Amino acid sequence: MTKAEIVQALYDRVGGFSKKESADLVDLVFEMMKETLGGGENIKVSGFGNFVLRDKRQRTGRNPRTGDPMEIRERRVLTFKRSNKLRGILNPARKAG
Amino acid sequence: MTKSELIDALAARGKLTKARAELVVNCVFDSMTEALQNGEGIEIRGFGSFKVKPYEGYDGRNPRTGEAVEVKPKRLPKFKVGKDLERIVDESRAVKPELDADDDSDDE
Repeated sequence: MTKAEIVQALYDRVGGFSKKESADLVDLVFEMMKETLGGGENIKVSGFGNFVLRDKRQRTGRNPRTGDPMEIRERRVLTFKRSNKLRGILNPARKAG
Repeated sequence: MTKSELIDALAARGKLTKARAELVVNCVFDSMTEALQNGEGIEIRGFGSFKVKPYEGYDGRNPRTGEAVEVKPKRLPKFKVGKDLERIVDESRAVKPELDADDDSDDE
């Protein structure tokens, strides 16, 4: 699925928006999420999952190809923690949890 | 930011009623959930991508009691941050340096 398909779903399912408006709104949703994460704030989407920022310490890693040690600098990364509801939807036969 | 705050922000920025903004945000995440449910990946350029990863079942143990438990096969979504967002997020270290450091706990 691409952003264009999300736009199409919005256009088809929620009446009253033109194609252009649908595209602009979907862009805006992801743009605002980027701005929020870029401001150092996590996002919780109930029923879907949480986008969680994590600070990583500097460490010495290895180039996986050559085995050479290398410095991995301090950095902030984004992780996604799926909700139990989403897990349940992907695994209908087992109980969510 | 919660989903309801995202809805409020979309209403303000997109000049919509909150009710309309809620329909939009729900439609975005509902359609993404459906794609994952169908085993389909999602790619949002500049933001990131989601894939559904299948895991085989295995015989596990309850780590507390040592009791044998059967772990069934499952499918879990995996998110990979996009290049643009990866950079934006890393640059936010300067903005708010107060996060839990280095929690490498996995989903499972």
